Parts: sequence; C-alpha cells; structure tokens
Amino acid sequence: MTMRSTFLALLEGQAQHGYDLKRAYDQHFGRSRPVAYGQVYTALAKLLRGGFVTVEPGEGDGGPDRKIYKITEAGVTDVQRWLDEPEDPEQYLQSSLYAKVISALLTGRSAAAVLDVQREKHLEAMRELTRRKRTGDLADRIICDHALFHLDADLRWLEHTATVLHELAGQVRR
Amino acid sequence: MSALLVAEGLHKAYGKTVALAAADLAVRAGEIVSVMGPSGSGKSTLLHCAAGLTRPGAGLVRYAGQDLAQLTDVRRSALRRREFGFVFQFGQLVPELTAVQNVALPLRLDGVSRRAAERRAAGWMDRLGLADKAAARPGELSGGEQQRVAVARALVGGPKVIFADEPTGALDSVAGEQVMDLLNDAARDTGAAVVLVTHDSRVAAYADRGIVVRDGRSFDPAGVR
Ligand SMILES: Nc1ncnc2c1ncn2[C@@H]1O[C@H](COP(=O)(O)OP(=O)(O)OP(=O)(O)O)[C@@H](O)[C@H]1O
Ligand SMILES: [Mg+2]
Repeated sequence: MTMRSTFLALLEGQAQHGYDLKRAYDQHFGRSRPVAYGQVYTALAKLLRGGFVTVEPGEGDGGPDRKIYKITEAGVTDVQRWLDEPEDPEQYLQSSLYAKVISALLTGRSAAAVLDVQREKHLEAMRELTRRKRTGDLADRIICDHALFHLDADLRWLEHTATVLHELAGQVRR
Repeated sequence: MSALLVAEGLHKAYGKTVALAAADLAVRAGEIVSVMGPSGSGKSTLLHCAAGLTRPGAGLVRYAGQDLAQLTDVRRSALRRREFGFVFQFGQLVPELTAVQNVALPLRLDGVSRRAAERRAAGWMDRLGLADKAAARPGELSGGEQQRVAVARALVGGPKVIFADEPTGALDSVAGEQVMDLLNDAARDTGAAVVLVTHDSRVAAYADRGIVVRDGRSFDPAGVR
C-alpha cells in the first residue's frame, strides 16, 4: 500500500518513465531494498486501471519503457487521502517477546535469560545502525533514527520488565 | 590483543551497602565499551574503581600491566592526569574559570606553561565547535556546550582511556547526540579507549561492545548464549 502511494507521490512531483520512477523510488525510499522493475510495472498497470495515472507515448520507437506515466486528479486526491490518514499505532502487546517471557515463567525457565539475550541482540542491531548512520547522508540518518528510537523503546520495555519479573512470575503461575 | 585496562573481582561496600559484589571490566586500547544496568547497580562505582578514583575493598585493577593499588597516591594521580580523561554528567567545570581555562586545567596541573596549555586547549575547543566560547564561563554556556567543554578537557592531555559517566545524562537527545558524535570521533581519531556508563541505549550504541552491571555484578551479555 505504501509503495503504491509513494509511486503516485513521485508521479505527482513529475510525470516520468517507469524506469525513472524506479530510480527515484530507490533513491528516496528503497535505500536498503531497491524495488524490482516487475513490481513497478505491475503497480503502474493497476494504477492505470484504477484511473490514478494515464499514460502518454514518449519520444522514440514507442517501446514499453518509452511511455510516460502521468498522475490524474483522482491520483492527486488519493495521495492527499493517504497523507491525511494517520497510521495505526502498532500494537505490540502480543509480540513474540512478550509471549516468550510469559512462556518462560509458565514453564519455570529463566525469563531474565530471555531478556538478556534479547537485549544484546537489540544492542547489536543498534550499534550497526549507529555505524551506518555515522557514514550516511541526512536521509539515511533519519531512517536509522526511526529504527533506533523503536529499538530503544523495546529496550526500555526489556529493562522495565526485568525489574518486575519476580512479581510477574507470581501472577503467571497462580 | 591483550587489555590495556583490567579490573577483576572488584568488591566495594559503603557501610552495609554492597556497591560492587564481583565486577570485572577489560578495556583494549582504542575500543569503546558501554556499561549499562539499573540505577544503583554499581556502574559509577565500577568506573571510579577502574579509574583509580576509588580504592576497591577487594579485587585488582591493572593499567598497562601496573597494579594501581601498588602506586603511591601521588603517582596514581599523576597517572590519572596523564593517561586518563574524565567526563561526568554535570558539575565538573570550575565556575570561576573560562571555558578555555577549564579545558587547559589538566595540562596546567601537569606543569605545562599557561600559554602552551591554552593553545592546545583552544585547538580542542575549535574542533568541538566552541571556538567562540573560549572566554565564556560555565554559567554562560548551555548544558550541551558545557558537556563539549568537558569532552575537550578530557581529551586535551591525549589520554589513552576516557571514563565517561552518563556524559549525556542531562541533555536532550539532539544535544546528547552532538556530544556523543564528537566524543566518538575524537576518541576514534586519537585512539583513546572509552568506558561509557549510560542508561541510554542510543548512547551505548556508539560502543563496540557492552557489559551489564546488576546488583554489583558485571556480565558480558555477548557471552550469555
Ligand atoms: N560514596 C558513597 N557512599 C555510600 N554509598 C554509596 C556511595 N557511592 C555509591 N553508593 C551506593 O552504592 C550503590 C551503587 O551506586 P552507584 O553510584 O555505583 O550506582 P549506579 O549504577 O551508578 O547508579 P545510577 O545509574 O543511579 O548512577 C548504591 O546503592 C549507592 O547508594
Ligand atoms: Mg552512576
């Protein structure tokens, strides 16, 4: 859903060939995961059918890659609707980590060990993101920051949970 | 590579309070090691013992092969001045001195002439983006600027180990990041190791690795599995 909307946003910025659209997508959104051509053309075909874009023949021999895709009024409205709609805050309550902590307590295993292993895994990911952030441009940095703040929130939860494990064990096993 | 600084089996009690029960720390030259753990777990006590600021009740601290407990107080404090740098959470700058005088202080205490000391201090002030704050007193600086002055002061003597206890603890995330970027770059460039006590995982993420302290005991979480 996000990819479709970002294609539309890119086309609102500028009508362009599918090939240029892929390049623009990779530059702005696909830094760690470039999009495949196939995905671009599949998405464009759907947008075309939905009336969100139109296609005009470009110069040259009229091969498939010469077509220029242009956003329609409906497309612009769709971009606006996408931006207006807030994202659902993710619900972490049923996270696998929570499930592991409770399962450890239920089975008399060490939940603290579960938390310790997870803490180190998170920190290792944060170290890697910090290294990447230190060598990247501003866009890279804010992408890494987004991940870093989320991992930091997880770690706070881990620390907090570690301090109430004893109490939690009492309730779980009752 | 063998460790530059090794603390082993540290024990420290304050009256009935056991601050350290069995804490270890090993720091290799040039590496950044984070120390995390709940409040009151003994992180600062561990840092103070490892830096020779506090004498442990039991255990051994060796720096470059030398047992700190074997040194006289005078030699131990000379070693601290020449080999170590310190950054604390706050309240570490001398309020009566200007920023550049604060940065120059460790060199002055070590007998460097005022001119030479302040010239080297000014170089570090420059590097930490404080060139125009040289004449300001700590009270005239923002929290972030004060911490950058403290980082400059920690670096001015060319330390081999920098001990940083919650260096960003009093700062917001932007100022904290700026201080950490500068501390990280300066340490990496000069080859100084850093012992970084923090409860902020985003700060700890600057480290190459980390240890955790809980109830006065340290452990290396990378070795847990
Ligand atoms: N000078 C002192 N006199 C008496 N007790 C002390 C002293 N220094 C530390 N303690 C006690 O030793 C224990 C460990 O303290 P320490 O300052 O090392 O913890 P910490 O992990 O640094 O905590 P924080 O994250 O809050 O800074 C605490 O119970 C503390 O009250
Ligand atoms: Mg402390």
